[in-house]
Amino acid sequence: MPSAIDLPWLPTGRPGLRAELLALHPAQPKLGEQLHSIAGYHLKSSEAALFGKRMRQMRAEGASFAPLSPVSVAVLSNATFDLVIDGLPLAAARHGLAAQFVNAPFDQVMQAALDPTSEVNQPGIDFVLLALDHRWFRLEGGASENPAQRLSDAVEQLSTVVAALRTQGGSTVVLQTVPLPPLPLFGSFDIRANGSQRALIAKLNDAIVALAAETSSLVADIASLAASVGADHWFDPVAWNLYKLPFSSRCNAIYADVIARLLGSARGKARKCLVLDLDNTLWGGVVGDDGVDALKLGQGSAEGEAFLAVQNMALALKERGIILAVASKNDDEVARLPFRNHPDMVLRERDIAVFQANWLDKANNLEAIAKTLNIGIDTLVFLDDNPAERAQMRAALPQVAIPELPADPAWYPWYLANAGYFEAVAFSDEDRLRADSYAANALRAAVSTKARDLGDYLTSLEIVVQYAPFDAVGRPRITQLINKSNQFNLTTRRYTEADILAYEQNDNAITLQVRLSDRFGDFGMIGVIIGLLSEEAEGRTLTIDTWLMSCRVLGRRVEEAMLAEIVRLGRSFGVRRIVGIYIPTAKNHMVSEHYPKLGFAELDAAPDGIEDGVRRFCLDLSPDGGAYIPPNLPHKISHVDASTLAI
Amino acid sequence: MTDEQILVRLTDVFRDVFDRSDLVLTQSTTADQVNGWDSLMNVRIFVATEMEFGTRFDTAEISSLRNVGDLIRLINAKSKE
Repeated sequence: MPSAIDLPWLPTGRPGLRAELLALHPAQPKLGEQLHSIAGYHLKSSEAALFGKRMRQMRAEGASFAPLSPVSVAVLSNATFDLVIDGLPLAAARHGLAAQFVNAPFDQVMQAALDPTSEVNQPGIDFVLLALDHRWFRLEGGASENPAQRLSDAVEQLSTVVAALRTQGGSTVVLQTVPLPPLPLFGSFDIRANGSQRALIAKLNDAIVALAAETSSLVADIASLAASVGADHWFDPVAWNLYKLPFSSRCNAIYADVIARLLGSARGKARKCLVLDLDNTLWGGVVGDDGVDALKLGQGSAEGEAFLAVQNMALALKERGIILAVASKNDDEVARLPFRNHPDMVLRERDIAVFQANWLDKANNLEAIAKTLNIGIDTLVFLDDNPAERAQMRAALPQVAIPELPADPAWYPWYLANAGYFEAVAFSDEDRLRADSYAANALRAAVSTKARDLGDYLTSLEIVVQYAPFDAVGRPRITQLINKSNQFNLTTRRYTEADILAYEQNDNAITLQVRLSDRFGDFGMIGVIIGLLSEEAEGRTLTIDTWLMSCRVLGRRVEEAMLAEIVRLGRSFGVRRIVGIYIPTAKNHMVSEHYPKLGFAELDAAPDGIEDGVRRFCLDLSPDGGAYIPPNLPHKISHVDASTLAI
Repeated sequence: MTDEQILVRLTDVFRDVFDRSDLVLTQSTTADQVNGWDSLMNVRIFVATEMEFGTRFDTAEISSLRNVGDLIRLINAKSKE
């Protein structure tokens, strides 16, 4: 089970992190961007501390951290807060801030607030964080004899501190709600007993929220955070007794993130737009292949309900003013079908401000979305189930927030909600209407087809392509692909398992099943080719009867690899030319230019008897005319006996 | 784990915490021999050590440590629990 303690929505393991931190230089270009990109990762506490230390060093050397916004934060706590502060600059950078922190001496809250010369009351301090828990409020348990007095004393004490800070320094105060220690006195009766710790802390938290409204202070809801991670994980009596740590140090990173997102939001750094992938993110299945009717969505299946919950969450965000957009590798018409025709869709086209469904690199589509909405790339959040798409986006546009996601879509809403991208410090009717006005104004973006060098990226994926002829083990999956694939399918010829067996045994057929894996996982079988040998006037000919591929592996140059393999096999059979056929259907427009892109020449219009729109192409392999040279591909190739593989 | 193996891992923890790649620990190292090992650093060291070895020290155990050798023996005892 995921826990907020581990910030599982953040990627981990940025390569060479320590060396990267040490190599940072105050005068280097794009320093702020690089810090923001590093802070997009979850670091070990010692690495987080080093990050903060490097920022301090570079600040002292006059570095500018733009576009991170500079803020100074003073912390007043009744506990040993230094270890918590170690991790705060990293979290702040994650949420758009170049923050520096000063810490008042341990447990000197009232004194520091009242003293005009103390570090918390110096000019230039933007925020004072009052990190106070039940111990400072003297609400440490026991049924109080005079609960009303005890509560009013606690509130009075806090009001005095806030008033002093506002008079002396004039910075914005950040209050915290107080978590309830898991030490029941009566048991369930604690909620009814007037003077119990539980009752007093509940009332205190109400008073803190009211005080914040009166004094224009911010509130960090730490009581809610502690409840979310679990009070048993939050409170650590050993660490309190030994070191006076305010809570378990395992919670330092998530605490820092919660504080940082609040401060970031106060500085206008919260994210504004949620960009959604479609297939297997908003619904289960691939609309282009499975069709609208077969999608998993809605009540009646556990998976369908999971995707429904994702859509409900997106809609709830839209209703509080977050803009929704779509970026999907699909034909536009196909991608819109579920929005129009699926009865269980919660999201409709009118909810989506910018709808980018095409076969371009998704990074270009996110740039187009930001441009259309006239918002920064750094205000986008991108939700995509595909780890390769996420890694590619992170490499291309590091300023986009991209939550990692687990395999089970039931957790997607939790990841999106707990990552804190859309933190707010206020909510108005204007916010409520904002998303609709964007949707009304936005025109479909013209996508820049700006070339992006993805060679390095593909190499970094460590793609392995495995080839084998048809065989008994692969037969069921081959048949399934042949009958299911619609989009990347040149001829859309359907065959039964018996047909496939016949091709397997046919001496004049060259068959190929293709598997693909990369460092993120195994895609299994993703491609099928059937070629038929014949003797023609032009010499021995290999005609590609069937060529299909899973759309999940588009953009990885797998087509080129498959052609290289077919050419290799064909040459070993003395083939002089390869003929490819394209039979258009309602769904396979994306491969209409497949053969020309691979260097095939189009043959003259087909003889009579062939249906409209069918095109034929030829790749010359003869010794005199054959100019085909296999390209340099970023794959590792393996020729395997497929019978040893799982499907 | 041998005491030697623990010392190697512990040295890495200390180097991380102190951000000093040349820091050398021995069994007899005490806090006053290491520059900057004040009470706050002490907290950082124990928190990082607990994380590295996936263990929790008890109040009394922490209070009784005299030098790095004691800490190694404590980690060793904990790993056998």
